[in-house]
Amino acid sequence: MQPLDGDRHALERQVLPIVAEGTTFVGTEGQRLLDQVDLTIAGSGILVVMGPNGAGKSLLLRILTGLVPITHGKISWAGQSSLVGNVRRIGFVFQKPVMFRRTVMENMTFVLRQFGLSKDDAQHRAERALIDADLHHLSDAPARRLSGGEQQRVAIARARVIDPEILFLDEPTAHLDPASTAIIEKMILDAKARGTRIIHVTHDLGQAKRLADDIVFLHLGKLVEHGNAETFFAGPKSKAAQAFVAGDLVI
Amino acid sequence: MNDGQSTFLDAFRLLASGNSELWNIVLLSLQVTGGAVLIATLIGLPLGAILAFKRFRGRNAILILLSALMGLPPVVVGLLVYLALSNVGPLGVLGLLYTPSAMVIAQTILVLPIIAALSRQVVEDYAAEYHEQLAIMGLSTWASIRTLIFEARHSLLVVLLAGFGRAIAEVGAVMIVGGNIAHLTRTMTTAIALETSRGNLALALGLGVVLITLSVIINAVLMAVRRSETRLSYI
Amino acid sequence: MLSRFFLRFASLVTLIALSVCIYAFTTVANDNVLTLQSTTSTENSGLLRFILSKFSKKTGITVRVVAVGTGQALKNARNGDGDVLLVHAKAAEEKFVKDGWGVERFDVMYNDFIIVGPEEDPAGLATAKSVDEALKRISEKKVPFLSRGDDSGTHKAERRLWTAAGIDPTPASGTWYREAGSGMGATINTAIGMRAYLLTDRATWISYQNKTQHKVLFEGNPQLFNQYGIIQVNPAHHPRVNAKAAAQLINWILSKDGQEAIAAFKVHGHQLFYPNAKVQETVN
Repeated sequence: MQPLDGDRHALERQVLPIVAEGTTFVGTEGQRLLDQVDLTIAGSGILVVMGPNGAGKSLLLRILTGLVPITHGKISWAGQSSLVGNVRRIGFVFQKPVMFRRTVMENMTFVLRQFGLSKDDAQHRAERALIDADLHHLSDAPARRLSGGEQQRVAIARARVIDPEILFLDEPTAHLDPASTAIIEKMILDAKARGTRIIHVTHDLGQAKRLADDIVFLHLGKLVEHGNAETFFAGPKSKAAQAFVAGDLVI
Repeated sequence: MNDGQSTFLDAFRLLASGNSELWNIVLLSLQVTGGAVLIATLIGLPLGAILAFKRFRGRNAILILLSALMGLPPVVVGLLVYLALSNVGPLGVLGLLYTPSAMVIAQTILVLPIIAALSRQVVEDYAAEYHEQLAIMGLSTWASIRTLIFEARHSLLVVLLAGFGRAIAEVGAVMIVGGNIAHLTRTMTTAIALETSRGNLALALGLGVVLITLSVIINAVLMAVRRSETRLSYI
Repeated sequence: MLSRFFLRFASLVTLIALSVCIYAFTTVANDNVLTLQSTTSTENSGLLRFILSKFSKKTGITVRVVAVGTGQALKNARNGDGDVLLVHAKAAEEKFVKDGWGVERFDVMYNDFIIVGPEEDPAGLATAKSVDEALKRISEKKVPFLSRGDDSGTHKAERRLWTAAGIDPTPASGTWYREAGSGMGATINTAIGMRAYLLTDRATWISYQNKTQHKVLFEGNPQLFNQYGIIQVNPAHHPRVNAKAAAQLINWILSKDGQEAIAAFKVHGHQLFYPNAKVQETVN
């Protein structure tokens, strides 16, 4: 995908590197949902965030995008302590696809128009993105009328159309059948091949093995392991990760 | 009952024969109510959307107030607007009392809380669905609210109809601030009240049937627009 | 698809906005427009429409009639929300002028009040010799009597009649003496529904369309005389009133033309109002 040349492009701030130090999030009842997490995200490739339910994976993703403010610690994006008010080349794909009540094409152009692209430029760029994603035949279809798998593909194409520096994926295949999952994994690998940094949350071991370059393993809000994927799967160091990889750790 | 049936037809016969007085009354009703709903929408819709989207101190108090104001008695609103627009009132200099504008003002006050409170309710569901997506895109509050209103447009149509229903059926406020002046501020509802007080119960009933028919037609047309839009495109 | 929806919506919005603007222009105060605060009896019977169309034809002045009870009309006029008053409560009118709110009061016309009731006449009003006797029979038999209860001219007249008869119906309020708090027509509706007696002006009764079993049971007594007066709202208090047009209307109504127009107005062949202005009265 070509870089964006919108009017607001010049105003954009860089996102990477994202540096989190001692990041802590305390829930409404005082529980530490994320506890003293240190994490630096730069470079390229796919980082898979793993862990059982309730480990804090989705919360970590929202903190790394600035959607959720932290309680203690520090976080910065390319040296800035806040992303508020900036146009960000961040893509986010939610577990349940969030489609606007418009056609597929309008879903794409709407996002591009927020980056200041002219109508024609947005149309042109969206069309190419849809062809790339093999979704062009659905251009004029109402997005919310598509199947779950198709909607998620549109969501990824839409997240990528702005040429994001970093793409966050929050269990995007959790509700999908194997065929759709395979297509989506292909799209993720394609994004990686084009140099987009990817943070992918999953608790699907097979998917993690297929996609991950690096692994972050969370358990009960703590970052337990962080390292190369092959090394991790060959021999997890912590007990929790060992149990999880063996399929024993459910909570 | 015989009476009622004969005049049910009478009122429609007057309409069909192009009775300009009756048509003017119908038109004025639509203009006053339409104007009030339009103004209330321009203010109430963004207000409701902000209340749905933003959390701020005093928000709860506003929500309670809006819900309470949904039940404002029309006569009280009529009286307040009369006092404001009266020649000795603070806005008397505008010379709006006993004009259609005064009726639009009174009905706007009646309809505004309904539109704002119901829009808030509707938009809140959409805000829950979209707020993270909008935040990721870095949209400003206003851009977010515009997007939410647009996404909720089909549901919001029902809110406008609720406001329209309240205004078109209302008689207490328009009677006081409009004065039920023939050819100037006589609407369907004040005409019905007048004919009732003259003992023309049959004609009053006929006018009532015309009013209901009108309401049904307007609702049917807007709901048909909504259905065709949703069927063609969006759920 | 989106743009079509918006186009439709936008055109609707524009249409409504335009019509709102049009009022704003058409309702700007105008020298040729006059607001008359009057009573339901004169408006609902059709008298004002009949005579004012003649006045408008002659002078080009449009008269807007706000028809409410006399009490309310006097209050509205005190607030300056009207240029001329045509009402029927002589004492209250004279006080209005004396307090400076009106310029001068002139007699215009009269008709009379009547007592109507269910045709079987349970209180036997038809044989009463005087108003006092009629009211006494109602209060002694405790048959329902419906009062306007709204401080209108008719209500004031009714209270005066009770006082003259030496009866205070107030303690009975809610039992046989009932106060409607509504206009003449609405009160007649209610009285018919509860088979009650009531005092009404003859004009409203004759033009009322839904009499069912009710009929006139007592009439023709000098105490039941109902005088209408006209007053110009004092421009000294309310500079925005249209004094010039107001004077024109009053002069015309008191003139031979206006008085003849009142006499010529008939409903079902009955004359409803009898002109009695003193000839050649004029205001400046």
